[in-house]
Amino acid sequence: MNGAETLQRPNAAIDLGARRRTRIVGAILILLAAFVVVVLGDAPGDATFRLSRPRDVWVLPDLIVPAQPFIYIAAALTAFLGARQFLRGGGRWTTLSLGLGLGLGVLAFLVWATAGNAFSLTGMLQATMVRAVPIALGGLAAVMCERVAVVNIAVEGMLLAGAFTGALMGSVVGGWGGLLSAVVIGGLFGFILAALVVTYRMDQIIAGVVINLFVLGLTSYVSSQVFAEMRHLNNAPVFRAIDIPLLSDIPVIGPMLFQQNIFVYGALIMVAVSTYYLFHTRNGLRARAVGEHPRAADTLGIDVYRTRYLHVTIGGMIAGFGGAWFTLGSVGRFDENMTGGRGFIGLAAMVFGRWHPVGALMAALVFGFTDSLQQKLALLQTPIPSEFLAMAPYVATIVVVAGLIGRARPPAADGKPYVKE
Amino acid sequence: MDVELKAITKRFGAVVANKDVTLQVRAGEVLGLLGENGAGKSTLMNVLCGLYRPDEGQIVINGTPVQFTNPGDAIAAGIGMVHQHFMLVPVFTVAENVVLGVEPVGRLNHLDLKTASAKVREISARYGLTVDPDALIETLPVGVQQRVEIIKVLFRSADVLILDEPTAVLTPQEVEDFFGIVRSLRDAGKAIIFITHKLNEILEIADRISVLRAGRIVGESDPATATKADLAEVMVGRPVHFEVDRSGAAPGDAMLVIKDLTVLRDDNTIAVDNVSLTVRGGEVLGIAGVQGNGQSALIQAITGLMPAARGTIRFLGQDITHASVRARHKLGLAHIPEDRQRMGLIPDFTVAENMVLDSYYDPRYARGPQVQWDAVNQWAATAAAAFDVRTTSVFAKAGHLSGGNQQKLIVARELSRDTKAVIAAQPTRGLDVGSIEYIHSRLMAARAEGDAVLIMSSELDEILALSDRIVVMFKGRIVAEFDANVEKPEKSQIGLAMAGVAA
Repeated sequence: MNGAETLQRPNAAIDLGARRRTRIVGAILILLAAFVVVVLGDAPGDATFRLSRPRDVWVLPDLIVPAQPFIYIAAALTAFLGARQFLRGGGRWTTLSLGLGLGLGVLAFLVWATAGNAFSLTGMLQATMVRAVPIALGGLAAVMCERVAVVNIAVEGMLLAGAFTGALMGSVVGGWGGLLSAVVIGGLFGFILAALVVTYRMDQIIAGVVINLFVLGLTSYVSSQVFAEMRHLNNAPVFRAIDIPLLSDIPVIGPMLFQQNIFVYGALIMVAVSTYYLFHTRNGLRARAVGEHPRAADTLGIDVYRTRYLHVTIGGMIAGFGGAWFTLGSVGRFDENMTGGRGFIGLAAMVFGRWHPVGALMAALVFGFTDSLQQKLALLQTPIPSEFLAMAPYVATIVVVAGLIGRARPPAADGKPYVKE
Repeated sequence: MDVELKAITKRFGAVVANKDVTLQVRAGEVLGLLGENGAGKSTLMNVLCGLYRPDEGQIVINGTPVQFTNPGDAIAAGIGMVHQHFMLVPVFTVAENVVLGVEPVGRLNHLDLKTASAKVREISARYGLTVDPDALIETLPVGVQQRVEIIKVLFRSADVLILDEPTAVLTPQEVEDFFGIVRSLRDAGKAIIFITHKLNEILEIADRISVLRAGRIVGESDPATATKADLAEVMVGRPVHFEVDRSGAAPGDAMLVIKDLTVLRDDNTIAVDNVSLTVRGGEVLGIAGVQGNGQSALIQAITGLMPAARGTIRFLGQDITHASVRARHKLGLAHIPEDRQRMGLIPDFTVAENMVLDSYYDPRYARGPQVQWDAVNQWAATAAAAFDVRTTSVFAKAGHLSGGNQQKLIVARELSRDTKAVIAAQPTRGLDVGSIEYIHSRLMAARAEGDAVLIMSSELDEILALSDRIVVMFKGRIVAEFDANVEKPEKSQIGLAMAGVAA
């Protein structure tokens, strides 16, 4: 024993790879700085950001930024961070520098696009939250499944099923009935996925794809054949925003967090509850053990199969709730394939968020932010196609998954079926 | 607490794993359960700890027959098992692992990890098991992980402890510490079943010995009077020779020369750190070390399965640092890999197909892109006979052979050509004594023919029996070197080096 301690070697020589990663990050930051100067350097005028809206209780003055100086300062800071990486970066600084640099890049871009113009920051943050909701709920559903080692590609299909059921049942029995039905249907698909992969040990990716295609085919058929004829079946009430007294009057934060509908509140509550559940309760510990080392859990008398069924079903219910947002929380009617891949983005949010509910929410907010930014930029008529900006979060996801910013580690048994001896 | 197994029979399909086994263990004693790999020890213990249900027979605790339908029942009855492969969640803390399944909770089902930590401290203090309850399992050395397993069992108030091959992963010094723990548990009135195939250990620690062979109890003995040779004969069913004839050492020229080799793992940490080695023709170089100290990476770098980050590997005078696996193979490098099921064989392929995995493209077996199956099958039959691979036919699936025959199949494929060097990793892990003897004799034959032989094994006895020279790896470095032909090193010397204590 003492031997192990006596010959511990210093860490200096270890990890040639970390040094390489540090250099790559440094190069990325310097290239980013160059990009900001060359492409965004020409920005005459001031950029005006509105922090309040006319009706607000407390009105904050507008934030006015001189565009060109700001862009040059941002570029200089980014270049400094990059150079620092080259000279003596490493460790936690690598991640931090990359995050700061990318943040500065986005800010510079925003200022450049707004130069000589005015733009409501509050409105954009509010839109960010709204757009993040389905992604966050999809991500949370995936977290619940993968924490017990079931890969849930079917999140997309579950969202779509929730959206469809919400519209149909919402039209027939009203909003709350529609919402409840969406949750039940999501749970049902979760249960089916669990049956396929836990009991029948079907490949988890294929099972997920099957569910996605099934839901897409069925809902598309019904919406084009049945809803086209009977429009009253596709005309659901929409849950309106509920202002939370006092809190909703806080500038900037208020409109973003406390002037929203039940889907936003629901998502925030679920993220909080599932974080508490997974990391601070007995059953959460057992669930994570099943995802990390199912045989160990089994030898301690924890029922691996039951745990997986339960959590995948709960994951399905969360996805069903998230799916209802598309219809009951937004437009009140179902369109073919209206989830448009948000479930897959939710999976990306889960990876980006390192299999943690709060992480998934944060990642969803990043995705939601670029999503709403893209909308605003389309209005500001910048010369760069907004589609390029829309790609940014996915590039970031690839970077994370490729392990550039440390390695995101999935549950050890993720994707593997458990065979009881 | 006294436990009795009465006439237990357990079948898997047509295979009888345990037949009519009767055993008993009393409070305050250590029962040694001895048997070769595959004798049915683990199956029997899995019956006792509730993972399997017996087909016949019963378990009696303190005179009352009991039935376990799952591991939870056995735990509740006071039976705890420390598995050979640890059942610990690497990313959890010690305390979390210990309480998993019987967690103390407060209001709102809130995990009470404070109580858990306190309880772990209390148990570690009472039995002298020093462990930090808040450490992450993956940061702990295996010896400490094993203590966590024991604490886990004690936390569940077990009175009967089953220790399945507990010393397999320990250095000789850790084994001594571990025996101390076992004795203190025995003195505290626990009943202990100690499973092993190592004769020295069972003679040292057991109060009584039962020997299991082919699923049956074939003998009982008293460690005070029994000798190693007696026990081995009962265990194997025939007299066993422990010594390998290593006479006539005639080392020739340096054939395999490794210089300043560094190898990185997938996560870019250093597996092999600046290692230099020379293996001469006609000598066996043994690499000792606790598993996970870079031996596997070193072997894989030599055989071309892992890239070298720095340094050179020269073979027969040629630089093969960046040569392809096939090029190395064609130069006469034979590789008996560590994991026969995953690296050595394709279990779903037939014996014949496995026999030509390295040479299917050779004109002897292929005409252009077309495999000449007649030639392949014929050669496979010859090779199987020459290397004592016992199989119903060359068309049998390799996965259906016994471990010993699988390993002999690999040895046949690798050695039945003109080799210049043999790299063998864990060549006899998990094999019966007969197969071990055979494989050792084949390796010594390669040495006699003037091949350079490199052997990596976590069994120190095997290294000592075969090697002309021994190097010890610790944390990717060579920390000690011994010349067995000058003076045979003591086990304890090597053991200290394995634990990283510089000589």
